[in-house]
Parts: sequence; C-alpha cells; structure tokens
Amino acid sequence: MPGNSQGPATTTVDVNGFPCRVWTKGSGPKLGFLAGLGGLPRWLPFLDRLAETRTVIVPSLPGYPGGLGHTELDTHLDWVLAVRQLIDKTGLAGADLAGASVGGAFAAEMAAIFPGHVRRLALIAPFGLFDDKEPAADPWAQRKEVLPGLMCASGEKWTALVAPPEGANSVEWPIEMTRAAEAAARAFWPLGDTGLRKRLGLIASPTLIVWGDRDALLPSSYAQKFATAINGASRVEIIAGAGHLAYLDQPETVARAVLGHFG
Amino acid sequence: MKLMWFHLMPYTELPEDFNRKHPSVWVDIHSSLFDPKRAHHMYNDFMDELEYAAELGYDAVCVNEHHSNGYGLMPSPNLIASSLARRTTDTALCVMGNSLALYNPPTRVAEEFAMIDCISGGRLIAGFPVGSPMDTCYAYGQNPSLLRERYLEAHDLVKKAWTEKDTFAFDGRYNQQRYVNIWPRPIQNDPHPPIWIPGGGSIETWRWCAEMDYVYCYLSYYGYKAGLATMQGFWNEMEKLGKDRNPYRAGFLQFVGVAESRQQALDLYTEPAEYFYGRCLHVDARFATPPGYVTEATQRSGIQGMMQKAANVASPATKAALKATNMKDIVDGGYVLIGSPDEVVEQIRHVATSLNVGHLMLLLQYGNMSKDTTKYNTRLFAEKVMPKVKDLFGEWEDKWWPKPMAKGQRAAVPAFRPQLTAAE
Repeated sequence: MPGNSQGPATTTVDVNGFPCRVWTKGSGPKLGFLAGLGGLPRWLPFLDRLAETRTVIVPSLPGYPGGLGHTELDTHLDWVLAVRQLIDKTGLAGADLAGASVGGAFAAEMAAIFPGHVRRLALIAPFGLFDDKEPAADPWAQRKEVLPGLMCASGEKWTALVAPPEGANSVEWPIEMTRAAEAAARAFWPLGDTGLRKRLGLIASPTLIVWGDRDALLPSSYAQKFATAINGASRVEIIAGAGHLAYLDQPETVARAVLGHFG
Repeated sequence: MKLMWFHLMPYTELPEDFNRKHPSVWVDIHSSLFDPKRAHHMYNDFMDELEYAAELGYDAVCVNEHHSNGYGLMPSPNLIASSLARRTTDTALCVMGNSLALYNPPTRVAEEFAMIDCISGGRLIAGFPVGSPMDTCYAYGQNPSLLRERYLEAHDLVKKAWTEKDTFAFDGRYNQQRYVNIWPRPIQNDPHPPIWIPGGGSIETWRWCAEMDYVYCYLSYYGYKAGLATMQGFWNEMEKLGKDRNPYRAGFLQFVGVAESRQQALDLYTEPAEYFYGRCLHVDARFATPPGYVTEATQRSGIQGMMQKAANVASPATKAALKATNMKDIVDGGYVLIGSPDEVVEQIRHVATSLNVGHLMLLLQYGNMSKDTTKYNTRLFAEKVMPKVKDLFGEWEDKWWPKPMAKGQRAAVPAFRPQLTAAE
C-alpha cells in the first residue's frame, strides 16, 4: 500500500515535564492506539494496516519506549490523568481509541471517566479485572526463556519486538526494555483488580473486546467478564492463533476487527 | 575489630531431593515441607546458639528478616532480638534488619526498635535493608518501582520519629500521619541508635551511607573473594566523596568452619555447607528481577545485586559458572573459610585487611549444621581465633557501635528458672 514502506512521523508531547513520543501515520479519521506490555520499541505491521484507512496516532505511555516520566506517577489516578494528557495533547479527544493489555485498561478508564473523549472503543485483552478462579499469569516473575511464549502465541514475535535493532546502544537498549516493564509494573503491580470493575458500567462508547484464543497471560474467558460489565453495546471477538499481544501474532485479523468496529 | 555472630535460622530438614522436586526455596516453597513441631526445636536450638555466642564474648549477635524463605525462619527478627535482650547482658543486638517499606505505618519499626533498645539498655544496632526482591516484591507484594522511594521516605519518618521531641505531622508522598509521637523512645538518643545498611553493590546505596554517615554492610553468601570487587568499589567511592578509610564504616558477612585440623573441618562442615549452597540457595530465577527493583543507575554500572546472583545460581545458564555446590569449590571460592584455628586466623586477618572491614559478621551455623557442631565451631573460634584477630584496626574508633547505659545502671535480669508444675 502507498506509504507502507515509510515509518511514521515522530513528534513528542510533554506530560508532567517529561517527553513522550508520538507516532503518526496515514490519513483519514483519527484512531488512537495505546500499546500493551513492552510498549512499542519499534513500528509494527499492525499499525501500518490501521494506517491504510485511518490517521493512526500512537502516543507512548510514560516510561514506555519513547516516553519518560513514569517515576512521577504514584497512583492509578496519576496514570489515568497522564493518559488523559496524552489523549488531549495528541488531538485524540473524541476520536476512536484502541488499547491492548495494560494500554487496554487505560483505554477503558478513558471511556469510563471521560466519556466525551472516546467515540468508539476497542479493547485487546485489557488488564484491570482479576478473577481468583482464573488468575492472570505473572509476567514479572518469569524465567527469560518462558516469557516470549507468555506474551505471544508465537514467542518469536515477542523476541523480535524487543530485540535490539542494528546500531542500537547496547547499554541503553536493555535499560529501555526494562523501563517499559517497570512502567507497566508501576501502574499495575501485582496485576490485580485496579478498581476498573466499578467503572466499566460508566462506559457508553460502543466497545469491541478482542481476545486471542491462545492468550497464556490472561485467559480469554475475561473477554466475557468485560463485555458483561460494560454498559455500552459491546461485542466480543476471539482471534484464532493469537496470544496476549494479539496484534503481534495476528496483525491482519486484529486490525480488520478493530477497523470493522470503528467503521 | 568487631566479631559478630550472625544467624540466618535455616530450616534444617529440607529433603535430599529438594532441588529436584521443588522449584524454589523462596517465595513459593511448599508448606508441606514445614513441620511446626520440628521448627519448635529448630527455633529453640537457634536461640540457644545465639545466647551461647553471647556468653562466649562475641561483640554482637545478629538476626535478619526474610519472608516465605526456607533458609531464613525470621519474618520478624524483632521477636528474636527481644528475647535476646533478656537473655544476654553486654552483647550488642544487631537487627539486620527491618525492611522499612514493608511496615505500614513505618513508625512500627521506630517503636519496636525503641522497645528493643529500652529492654536491652541501649544495645541495639538498627539495620535498614531495602530487602530482597523475593521478600519485598513477591512475598510481600510491594511494587518494585515504588519500593526504594517508599524505603527512603520510611527511613526519614523513622529517623524523625526517633529524634523529634514533639508530636509532629508527617506529610509524605507515601505516608501521611497526622500525629507521630512514638512511645517508647530509644535509650540511644544522641542522636539515635546506630543505623547500618545492608545492601547489594549499588552506587546509590554507597553514596547515601556516606552522606548519612551509616555503616554499609555487604552481606554476600559468596565470601571474601567474590566480595572483594564490591568492597573495593565501596572504598573507591568513599575516597571520591572525601571520606576516610575507617574500616568500621563497613560490615561484611563470612561463613567460617574451624576445627582442630583442616581435614577435621572438612569432615565436620562439608555437609552443612553443601546443604546451604545446594538446597538453601535453590532460588527460582523467575523471582530475581522484578522490573524496577534494580535502579537504572545500577543497571548502567553493570553491578548486579547479590540476590540476583543467588537466584541466578538456580538457572542452568549460570549454574555452570557458579557451580560451587560441592565443598571443594565452596572452599576454593572462599565462600566458607575452613581450617585449623591458626589457618582460620590467617584467613580472617586477610579478609579483614584486604576488604578493610571492621565489622565482620560470622556465619558459624549454616545449612543443616547441628547444635553440637555449631557450638563447637562457635567455641573454638571464640577461644582460639578471636584473641588473635581482635587487635586489628585498633587505631580506628568505631563510631557506629551501640552506646549502652552504664553497666551499674542497668536492670539485673534474673536467671531463667523453668517452673514445672507438680503434675509434671
């Protein structure tokens, strides 16, 4: 497709005095994306697919690759307000919003707390709920060799996501990857109920819930728990052959589902 | 120099096949391995051993805090220290220590330490570790990204609670208490009990200890050879900061096994040492690095925490490199010093001077060492090693040692007499 061979435009916005990277690509109505665990150390085919018909705007959460300032955020409210600043400063207020994993939990918070900010909502295996009969696996207590298989159905997709690109600083790159994990942990440790359960009922945006059928981190049964708790018209779509970061495993299928929902 | 007797209180009856059948000695060690009636005897043996060490003239007895841990049965070292306060008279009580971020509110630590200081007549050394990832982030569920900030703030609060004369309000980032006014207050109030900081090899910790004038303790299980680089790093940093080389700025942990001869030492201490380095350090690598626990500055300096190293021993990749689970390697690596009294004297003098450490914390009980063997090791060291190393560093003043009440002013603690009922 035209433009697909080129990377996104990179700008930064300020959140609490720290820069956060914003990637923008494509044309058409705006679509925001909040990434899952690990953030976005690199641009993805999934985002290219979305950019075919939409202006895709991808702000980096504080502490995620391209973003700083997670150390300023102590409470979940601090985090939600940081995301609100990102949404406002990237012109995403009122646009369609997709979020995955931990980014999905924040996307849900946006739609619940600031309903005018989110037109239609797509959640890809979001965190925020906890069922002690089916607890999430702990991504922060894993041996290195186990982690890729927990993040993706095809573990090599995760390995490729976090692999240092040619010419990357060999000291700073692993620190950035650790910082992304720390930022997620700072906001969500120990991946329990964030209180989102109490707020899901406030979501009025039409919501699509996407879940990989091979999510080894957060069982796909959570999809229905979200759908039940959300008041707005919500629909569940299970993606075959996808793990927790379904947009890495099945970029085409997930992008099609998201674009179909946003219309 | 100061010779301090340290107890980890390991569970001594982990099965032979522990490493094969169980993933970790820490965090998720299975409850079926714990027999409370056996633990009754272990605790009492261990406390006997600590009291015995105090009787034999060690400068201090030391206890520490671990959670969900098969080699450390002291979730609350303060309980043991309070008992020791009543069963010892002149020995310093080194609680090494309380992981400040785990207490809510942290003034609980200020209170309990003040109690121990009062009961003991001012013999407390107050240790403030951040705590290992296993203890703090996993067993106690603390957020690794917030742990150090909480720790530092809790430290400020505890110190202020000890030194501020009037009731005050503490409005911190993580702790807010409208009325802070602890009762009791520590006896050591000029300005507070000595504060010692056990830490890994992090530059921030070294700088902070220098700034606050605290003792830095490197509590490694891997002995003086492995500890040399860390202690050199510490002293280099002190020099950069313009601090003197007073060896009492530092503490170091060392395992020792002394006997009449080297061969006898090998006969006596091989089993407990291999039990410790084999079973007790069998920590699942997945609990080694919660994200954010190691600061970015420390990551950049390439210095790994010692708990991370310990945990990595369990991973196949590093097991080959750190294969010291058999006695020959354990001894060759310097993890455990063994030998006749004179051989141990020579090694202790070498350790103390090469690391420049004035506070040597000795592990004379480790692994499944029996009470008899522990007492033998403890007595032989006290009688034949201690007198020949005590002279070290005599030219330096230990400004970080407890200053108890004068002996004549302290309460007489009556000898303990069990009162058996007639029926028994």
